[in-house]
Amino acid sequence: MTSPTKPKPAWTSWDAPSERWLLSGFPREGTQRTVLLELASRIVFPTVLVLSIYLLFAGHDRAGGGFSGGLVAGQAFVLRYLAGGRMDDSAVVSMRPPVLIGLGLTIATGSAFLPLLFGGQILETAIYKFTVPLLGEIKFVTSVLLDSGVYLLIVGVVLDLLRTLGSGIEADVEAAARGQR
Amino acid sequence: MLAFVIVHLLVALALPFLARRSTRAAFLTAAVPPAAALVWVLAQAQPVLAGQVITETVAWAPLIGLEFSFRLDPLALLMTVLVAGIGALVLIYSDAYFSRGGGAARRSAPLLLAFAGAMLGLVFADDLITVYVFWELTTICSFLLVGQAGISRESRRSALQALMITSLGGLVMLLGFVVLGESAGTYRISELIAKPPGGTSVAVAAGLILVGAFTKSAQLPFHNWLPAAMVAPTPISAYLHAASMVKAGVFLVARLGPVFAGMPQWWLPTVVFGLATMLLGGWRALHEYDLKKLLAYGTVSQLGFLMVLLGTGTYTAAVAGTTMLLAHGLFKATLFLVVGIIDHQAGTRDIRELSGLGRRMPWLAGIATLGAASMAGLPPMLGFVGKEAAFSAFLGGSQPELLVDVVLVVGSMLTVAYSLRLLWGAFAAKRDIAPTEAKPAGFEALVPAGLPALAGVVLGIGFPIADRLASAYASAFPPGDNSYHLGLWHGLTLPLLLSAIAVTGGVVLHLGRARLTALRNELPRLLDAQRGYERIMALLERIAVGVTGRLQVGSLPTYLGIILLTVLAIPGSALLMRASVPADLRLYDNLLQIPLGIVVVVAAIAVLRSRRRLTGVLLVGVVGYGIGGLFIVDGGPDLALAQFLVETLTLVAFVFVLRRLPVRFTQTETRTTRALRVPKAIIAGATGVFISLAAVVFGAARQAPSEASAEFIANAEKGAGATNVVNAIIVDFRAFDTVGEISVLAVAATGVASLILASRHERRKRSTRVAPATRVKIPALAEQQQEEVRE
Repeated sequence: MTSPTKPKPAWTSWDAPSERWLLSGFPREGTQRTVLLELASRIVFPTVLVLSIYLLFAGHDRAGGGFSGGLVAGQAFVLRYLAGGRMDDSAVVSMRPPVLIGLGLTIATGSAFLPLLFGGQILETAIYKFTVPLLGEIKFVTSVLLDSGVYLLIVGVVLDLLRTLGSGIEADVEAAARGQR
Repeated sequence: MLAFVIVHLLVALALPFLARRSTRAAFLTAAVPPAAALVWVLAQAQPVLAGQVITETVAWAPLIGLEFSFRLDPLALLMTVLVAGIGALVLIYSDAYFSRGGGAARRSAPLLLAFAGAMLGLVFADDLITVYVFWELTTICSFLLVGQAGISRESRRSALQALMITSLGGLVMLLGFVVLGESAGTYRISELIAKPPGGTSVAVAAGLILVGAFTKSAQLPFHNWLPAAMVAPTPISAYLHAASMVKAGVFLVARLGPVFAGMPQWWLPTVVFGLATMLLGGWRALHEYDLKKLLAYGTVSQLGFLMVLLGTGTYTAAVAGTTMLLAHGLFKATLFLVVGIIDHQAGTRDIRELSGLGRRMPWLAGIATLGAASMAGLPPMLGFVGKEAAFSAFLGGSQPELLVDVVLVVGSMLTVAYSLRLLWGAFAAKRDIAPTEAKPAGFEALVPAGLPALAGVVLGIGFPIADRLASAYASAFPPGDNSYHLGLWHGLTLPLLLSAIAVTGGVVLHLGRARLTALRNELPRLLDAQRGYERIMALLERIAVGVTGRLQVGSLPTYLGIILLTVLAIPGSALLMRASVPADLRLYDNLLQIPLGIVVVVAAIAVLRSRRRLTGVLLVGVVGYGIGGLFIVDGGPDLALAQFLVETLTLVAFVFVLRRLPVRFTQTETRTTRALRVPKAIIAGATGVFISLAAVVFGAARQAPSEASAEFIANAEKGAGATNVVNAIIVDFRAFDTVGEISVLAVAATGVASLILASRHERRKRSTRVAPATRVKIPALAEQQQEEVRE
């Protein structure tokens, strides 16, 4: 199950991408594949992830934020799932969704308590401004930590959704079909 | 005083770690705090008995006027001597009783200490709410102590029964406390005593509080939990019976007696139920073969006796009640510990198997005889002194008092008879039974058993001490014609005659025990409290199953329909009755709103008409995107972004689930599905209309931008470093809400995922051949998931 490439691929799937950096180990069956979508998602997936991170940081001054950013990143994974088939442990994000959810929650609550260490109040925000050569002045607001927690958590929730409703149901259908055959 | 309670509880918290190393060290350490409390309280005895009262108050929740307030008065002094003294002895004894390093020993040391701490808090408490808190703490401790590891079915059932009955009573009592405290304007017991309130509500409170006291002290209809709790290890039973738990009910009646003195709603039930319990407990004790059960029914009987004395509310009865309270604590502790030693050394506590132990264990027999003599009321024991006072308390000459006295004498006869039965059963050499083998007991077990027995003799001979203590408490009641004083010899008086009758009658009853048991077996058994309790519990379970079955029908449309109808019925009717149409209603603000609105409305109507699930889902998506478009038009980019993203995700999730569902909503068109479609459409349409009307009306209710918004906008840049106010609100001003919301999201997502995975796991285990089309669970889950995502 874990090895993505089989020694002798069937003629329907011999051209399935073997790189693990984009698509997972379970390409769709020949009749269900759309090369166009696969190709598009190959190109779009990293771009969308970058966009989601942009949204996470841009949220402070423009539309966006951790919630939207997380959803966009989740959407990228949805696209990847639709094009590339169900995911398994060898997928790009090898972290299991519950771990991701827990990590997000931990970062968010941890950042809430962080100001206490510096004598501030709970959930207090500090603003740092510093100048970097070439880039100019950069403003760093500590509340972005909380937002990153939200981001990770949302991504985890979406991945969980894919794992249970997406690939889970797909595996069920397959198992049922095998059983009936 | 608070310090003692806290030290008890803190040491109890630390004990499990010590007990893991050595249970001996744990028990001996646990005995230190009660011993310290005993020493302290004895040092305070002189001033307290002279009328000085030590008080202590700690604010608990000052905002709502809650406080822990403690008070050391003569009654608290007496109870502390019992709770702390017997507590320390029982803990030392436990070390000898439990097998070293065993699970029961490791559990019992901290629990017993916590129990002692809770009881101390209860006896010191001067505030009704404080009383309730510690009252329930003792309930929980006793549940854990009786249940122990919960391995045997019997221990689980008994522990649960004790918990059920006493906590039910506790809740009723809390209600009584609230009624009493609210009608009197204070929850402070000392203030209630100083200025006893009156009126109907106080009478109701009296009845409610008595329910609590009766359940805790195992009075008549509730008595059966106490004998059932006998499954607990003997030291625990000893503490439960002699000093804590069941004493709490009697103590409460004594504590609140001055408040309700002279109120028939108070003294009538205590006297009637107390007398009935005394007779019933004594009668049952006469027929038990298990020594521990015999003692347990004896306790039930004695508790009835105490209830009568402390509930009556006259000076002499109060003197008798306090004396008997002390005496009972001392002799019951002794007797239980003795039975524990017998059980431990001989391996049985069945009367039919024990024989000739008296010769084998003379010291133990001597100790037991002292305890039983005090129980039977023989001179010069404290029990005798108390019983004399009790008989004197009801010699006013009126007929009801005479009746009470007669019942008390009959009850005392039974007491004497079962005291003899205990001694005879445990130590006598019986002809047809082979002598029981038993190793002699060690000092660590004998001394704790012997000390209370000795105290019973010393206090009996030194009755002035007990008299001072009892009269200090009883001074709260009107003294009557001539104030009674305890004594061993009052001359040839009627009480002495009654005592003699009781002893003689008891001896006769004991001698005729075989015939008595035969008589009991012939009597029809009308009512059985234990069976009644079991029936009630079974009935409760049946009702619960029935109600759940009717309410949770398992149909998603039904649930949704009920929710929507509730929305229509409650806020909907409020809207119809109150709301007015806003004055400046405009058709639109922006031309773009019109096409978007039309799209939303058309899609919504089309959803109602769709037959295929996929069509329905897509149309719902159109509605969502249309609303997102309206957000953009109205200038809410953040909102619109979130709306689009969530809508997309929802759509995807729906499509995922749809793979497992039939293509159409209804497979076959039957008459019922067609008939149901109209009411469904009406409910859905009406709710939609209501929501849109409500949005218009509520939206118009705000005349100006709220102050909070203005403040947020002003502070966003400076305070949160964000020019996007929405984001500033989410991550800064209302960051606490955000953390809460994501926690909810995490919990919900994990819950849904595990539900789905668990159901699949189960299916896999069963078979893979199940037809996939008939799953009903998944749409409900998807719906749930969708709701969470929307949030």
